[in-house]
Amino acid sequence: MESISAAQEEIVDEFAMFDDWMQRYEYMIELGKSLPLIDPQYKTDDYIIKGCQSKVWVHADLEKDKLVFTADSDAIITKGIIAILIRVFSHQHPDAILEADTSFIDQIGLKEHLSPTRANGLVSMIKQLKMYAIAFKTQLN
Amino acid sequence: MGSTLDLIYSPMDVQKIRKDFPILSREVNGRPLVYFDNAATSQTPLQVIDVITDYYKNYNANIHRGVHALSQEATDAYEAARQKIQKHFNAAHPFEIIFTSGTTHSINIVSNGYAQSLQKGDELIVSALEHHSNIVPWQMLCEKTGAILKVIPMNQQGVLLMEEYEKLLSDKTKLVFVNHVSNALGTVNPIKAIIEKAHAVGAQVLIDGAQASPHIRADVQALDVDYYVTSAHKLCGPTGIGMLYGKESALKRLPPYQGGGEMIAEVTFEKTTYADLPHKFEAGTPNIAGGIAFGAALDYINNIGMDQIAAYEEELLQYGTAALEKIPGLKIYGTAPQKTAVISFNVEGIHPYDIGSILDKLGIAVRTGHHCAQPIMDYYQIPGTVRASFSFYNTFEEIDSMIVALKKALEMLQ
Repeated sequence: MESISAAQEEIVDEFAMFDDWMQRYEYMIELGKSLPLIDPQYKTDDYIIKGCQSKVWVHADLEKDKLVFTADSDAIITKGIIAILIRVFSHQHPDAILEADTSFIDQIGLKEHLSPTRANGLVSMIKQLKMYAIAFKTQLN
Repeated sequence: MGSTLDLIYSPMDVQKIRKDFPILSREVNGRPLVYFDNAATSQTPLQVIDVITDYYKNYNANIHRGVHALSQEATDAYEAARQKIQKHFNAAHPFEIIFTSGTTHSINIVSNGYAQSLQKGDELIVSALEHHSNIVPWQMLCEKTGAILKVIPMNQQGVLLMEEYEKLLSDKTKLVFVNHVSNALGTVNPIKAIIEKAHAVGAQVLIDGAQASPHIRADVQALDVDYYVTSAHKLCGPTGIGMLYGKESALKRLPPYQGGGEMIAEVTFEKTTYADLPHKFEAGTPNIAGGIAFGAALDYINNIGMDQIAAYEEELLQYGTAALEKIPGLKIYGTAPQKTAVISFNVEGIHPYDIGSILDKLGIAVRTGHHCAQPIMDYYQIPGTVRASFSFYNTFEEIDSMIVALKKALEMLQ
């Protein structure tokens, strides 16, 4: 698995290829369709991320010393956003997730092109992934 | 097609009216703005913007107490605005119009006023169609007093069930609060009948007119309503200013909500006596420019004519409804026979938020979500809707643009 920063660079490059935000949205919708889906048994309030207008569920599991994320949302653009985050953070060591800088989000202009509620949701999603990393880090130690 | 309709049916010169609203000619995401979020807030014409600028440029002063010329001019303009509001809503006296920061503030003045007089077991009636601002203050009141909140149910069309309402009424009912028009669905409620029936059991009635005011002129005396509340920003005025109309007898009984300057007659450390109406409810320095601009906004819409506005908006509603209904899988929520120019809808299998996001990228401003009316969304078992709400400055061509954009969005999302 490539490093978090390599995955981030790759996404920044991909987004730079598009001329306008309609194309970027189309790409996000496509990414949303490829999201590794959460097992339905985890689609409960315990796994829901608060702060989104649409519903987002995220689950994390440890595979050896790496965290693997699965997720789902009832809105397709939201699925695209979480798919981008999962591509960056899944199959990484909790320490790497905690140390990761998330400035790639600003570089692809994701925040400024999302409505304020969706941008808040994005912050909540990153926070939730890092919370999982903290929880599993204790388990690893 | 749209422009022909415009010419045949509308006696209003919409293109001329649009020139009064500079914001309507701006672009969003490189496309001409189509503003269909009028139920959230209306746009402001130059005539109102100029009144605000003129106030700060020429006669900004604190009102009601100064001896100097500026203070007198500001006081006169502020009180003249109160009289315009009184005339518009046909209140019996200017002092029955209380300036507030908006509908929410107005409702809280009344709900807090009842905290002392309600007793455990007293009943309050609300409708299933309310905005959170006409639910939460009363829930807080019930928590304080032990009063019980009852709900008038609605049907699939978004129409209140009057026979169920009658069953809820009893001598325990103290207050009924219902909106004149639902913000989420556009339903116009039969408030005259609601008021009559409440009065028959001795209950008072508060009508939330925030959504009705831009479309329907309420005559508070003909309605015999006890309290009628609204916000200026829904009818081409600025934000942060609104009104509480109360019958003289009701307002005299209601204790003041906030203490401070302006609302007193005499103050000693032993006892303070309150000022007369309307000042009893207007503690502190008010939003003076806002109050004056509220009056100017009423002048503006009355110059066009409320009847003209209502007739034109009805055409927009019919046109928009017919166009949206042609889209496969699209469902409109709120199909009451009497409704204002609000269309709440969803497309099968697609989250309203996704539709709203793409429409925004295409320059179309709509609202998505639960519209601060979660009980309605729970009733339909949906996460929310896309809501397009029209105003008299919107055009048939803009509706056409929304349909094109919506088709594009669906192509991407389906």
